[in-house]
Amino acid sequence: MDLIWDGIREAARLWWSGDGEIIEITLRTLAISSAATALALVVGIPMGAILALRRFWGRGLIVAAVNTGMGMPPVVIGLLVALILWRTGPLGDLNLIYTPTAMVVAQLLLSLPLVVGFSLASIQSVNPRLIGQMWAMGANRLQVLWLLVRETRLGLLAAVMAGFGAAISEVGASMQVGGNLAGETRVLTTATVLETGRGNFEVAIALSLVLVVLAFLVNLVLTAVQQRRPVT
Amino acid sequence: MTDHAEAHLEVRDLVVQRGGVTVLEIGALDFPRGLVTAVIGPNGSGKSTLLGALQLVLHPSRGTLKLDGEPMDADPVKTRRRMSAAFQEPLLLSMSVRANVELPLRLRGVDRRRRQELGEHWLERFGIASLARRHARQLSGGEAQRVSLARAFASQPEVLLLDEPFSGVDAPTREGLIEDFAEIVSETRPTTILVTHDRDEALRLGDHAALLIGGGLRQTGRPSEVFERPSDRAVAEFVGMENVWAGQRSESGVYRAGGVRLASTAKSVALGAPALLCVRPERIVLSRDGDGSANQMRATVRTVRPRGPVVRSDLASGRLTLTADVPVTVWDELGLTVGDEVFARIAPADVHVIEDSV
Repeated sequence: MDLIWDGIREAARLWWSGDGEIIEITLRTLAISSAATALALVVGIPMGAILALRRFWGRGLIVAAVNTGMGMPPVVIGLLVALILWRTGPLGDLNLIYTPTAMVVAQLLLSLPLVVGFSLASIQSVNPRLIGQMWAMGANRLQVLWLLVRETRLGLLAAVMAGFGAAISEVGASMQVGGNLAGETRVLTTATVLETGRGNFEVAIALSLVLVVLAFLVNLVLTAVQQRRPVT
Repeated sequence: MTDHAEAHLEVRDLVVQRGGVTVLEIGALDFPRGLVTAVIGPNGSGKSTLLGALQLVLHPSRGTLKLDGEPMDADPVKTRRRMSAAFQEPLLLSMSVRANVELPLRLRGVDRRRRQELGEHWLERFGIASLARRHARQLSGGEAQRVSLARAFASQPEVLLLDEPFSGVDAPTREGLIEDFAEIVSETRPTTILVTHDRDEALRLGDHAALLIGGGLRQTGRPSEVFERPSDRAVAEFVGMENVWAGQRSESGVYRAGGVRLASTAKSVALGAPALLCVRPERIVLSRDGDGSANQMRATVRTVRPRGPVVRSDLASGRLTLTADVPVTVWDELGLTVGDEVFARIAPADVHVIEDSV
């Protein structure tokens, strides 16, 4: 029990003193996970819309792949990205292994199926006659997509939350493709694993609390947006 | 169409199939500029399919659709921006009433000030200005349908496509809405295609009517013509001609059906040729005493069924069964019951004759 209290006290001290390394790791974590989530949204929402609105050969297979991807173990994604970016791998010349970019790619691949899956479900639940009305009003493809995003914002914000949650909480893939290099690719999850392994529980608890508070704050903002009653 | 108004929208050799089955086949149909064409027909007749094809959301397997002589599918978005639509469901988006009404203008890139101007005008015009800030989900059915129609007019469309827009609202609300709509349409004169199964709506709002049955165009003309002068038995049955008797012409303007002699002023068929004699139920007049006028016959009351403001009664006269709708007040005055003898009279002008091909 003392161990936990000591950890919490140490966490409070680190926060209070504005520990440079924790701030740096926190900002890096936020940057990598936000970039991965943003990319997942840009690619995932249109993909979800296409899967929801179009019928084409192989659609069922893609939907099944998306559903599988929603529960894909991060280490498998990590392995896949590591194999591709490894120096002797197909994209080895890009020298991306053990860089924040590699971590963004891994987190993107983890978030993407969640964003696509949630978007697909949300857009599929829209009354098809309402979509017909959007076309009838003279909307072009992009405008229909914009109106659909607006109509399904509750579900899509759930997609954002799920995507961001998957990205920020992930550890295995980040270790595999980022290498947990101090000052370069160390993020809150990988740092927590490292400090736990070293027996520095107070630092690990401090890092975990930062992670939880960060995830909570981001979701608090998203929930506020999601639950806000639209006035226009 | 029956008159010579300029065709704004033209349908030629249109075939729409679903799952390999033809659900709509129209050789030629024109929609005159600035007039209301009521597209009528029973369920499954292809009315909504026709509207879907005109909206360019259904893809015909064959045929051409032209707007102002130009193929409509050359640039679907551009074409759709010249039209607007309202359906039985209001289909409002999850935003305020004002934003819904202004949305088609926003999609067309109209600047904010003009959007607001037009939005306010149409909210006012449909009597819903007080609801402008209300969220679309907080509206009653009638209010929502007014918003839907205001939205349809807001973009000042050349062509208005309407799919039973009044059938989802309750009777008193519907009455007011139709009245306002009729007034606005007569002022703005968009080329309007109104899909409806309601006879009164078609008669009241339509300048023209096109009747579809089983995916085919069966008759066009003024709505009163279509309802009073059906072209065949199927049309007669759909338009509520409850009395369709097989007979033949016996002399000029006179026909025999079921042992009864009936005079008609309708266009004649060849002497001895088989004919269908059609009479609307409300055109049969009952009285206790005969006055010897044309087409008056003795009949026996067989059934009595109250139907709101009228009493529907089946009567036997010779081998004919007559179905008559008699206003309740008249029925009560006559004091008729099943088995009573009565005189039934049909004005010769109310006997419509169809050449019977069978």
